[in-house]
Amino acid sequence: MDRESLRAGIRAGIPFAVAAGVLSISFGVLAEPVVGAAAAIALSALVFAGSAQFASVAVLAAGGGVSAAVIAGILLNARYIPMGIALAPSLGGGWLRRAAYSQAMIDASWAMANRGGGRFDTAFLVGATLPCYPAWVAGTLIGLAAGDLFGDPDKLGLDALFPAFFLALLVGGELQRGRSAIVVALLGAAIALALTPFTPAGVPVIAASAAALIGLRVDPGEIADDEHPEIEEDPVG
Amino acid sequence: MAEEWVLVVWLVATTAAIRASGPIALGGREFPPRAMNVVTFLAPALLAALVTTETFRRSDDSSLTLDERALSLAAAGAALALRGGIIIAGAAALLVTAAARAVL
Repeated sequence: MDRESLRAGIRAGIPFAVAAGVLSISFGVLAEPVVGAAAAIALSALVFAGSAQFASVAVLAAGGGVSAAVIAGILLNARYIPMGIALAPSLGGGWLRRAAYSQAMIDASWAMANRGGGRFDTAFLVGATLPCYPAWVAGTLIGLAAGDLFGDPDKLGLDALFPAFFLALLVGGELQRGRSAIVVALLGAAIALALTPFTPAGVPVIAASAAALIGLRVDPGEIADDEHPEIEEDPVG
Repeated sequence: MAEEWVLVVWLVATTAAIRASGPIALGGREFPPRAMNVVTFLAPALLAALVTTETFRRSDDSSLTLDERALSLAAAGAALALRGGIIIAGAAALLVTAAARAVL
């Protein structure tokens, strides 16, 4: 593994670890009365997928039953299927190694490891996830132990951190790849918004991945990658 | 087994399988150049969808709504437009959300 990429990943992952830690405090607070402390810890330590954890516990809390809770979790995790396919060309080695690396995939580290040209920096991805995992588990433990001290965690606005951070990754990173990337992002947002009122949580996000198919119509030279950050602007347009 | 442990077992198994599916099935394989464009563009598509759903979706009934989260996102956007980094954007979003919730 490239140690320099790993270290760069760890540094880039720290803000996300802080956000994950505070979000996970609210997971501990919300999950404890529904599934109990032990299962809440097991979910954070072994599932390590925030949106799926929140959604499945919310379904159980609303009396939706365990099958519906599992399905809600699967739908929210389904975006990892296209994300994993995207990672595949950058992941060599035996299937066990590939499976192990794939477990480090979380939204932020995956997006930050995107190097363009269809390539992902897998050492960077692992690095960016590294600080997030202990923060996620510790947050749940803090929420369970001291949830009362925080009152209503929503009041603090901590849930606003992830959308802001994702916007930063979008604006500061992905949209710099050129005009097509901006079109893809706008289309992805439009698909997600259009489907949100009519589909269960998670589905709008998976459906939005279809916006990436615009790539089939674009010349690879028109997309900036991290080795070629400058792209030739279309002299006519 | 108690309900919550059935949930834990299923969620652990399905999450691991979903994460591993692509890399196990297709790992190390080259895609054609234009398919590699699709790989590159998944990140903007998914990030944009995550931002919009986390900002405009009501958690109780999935309808679209405009509330303090939209203000918060606008604050993050303004911070980024002023060349603030990711930390500044997060701080702006947090402050605006907390202030809006204290007032409303």
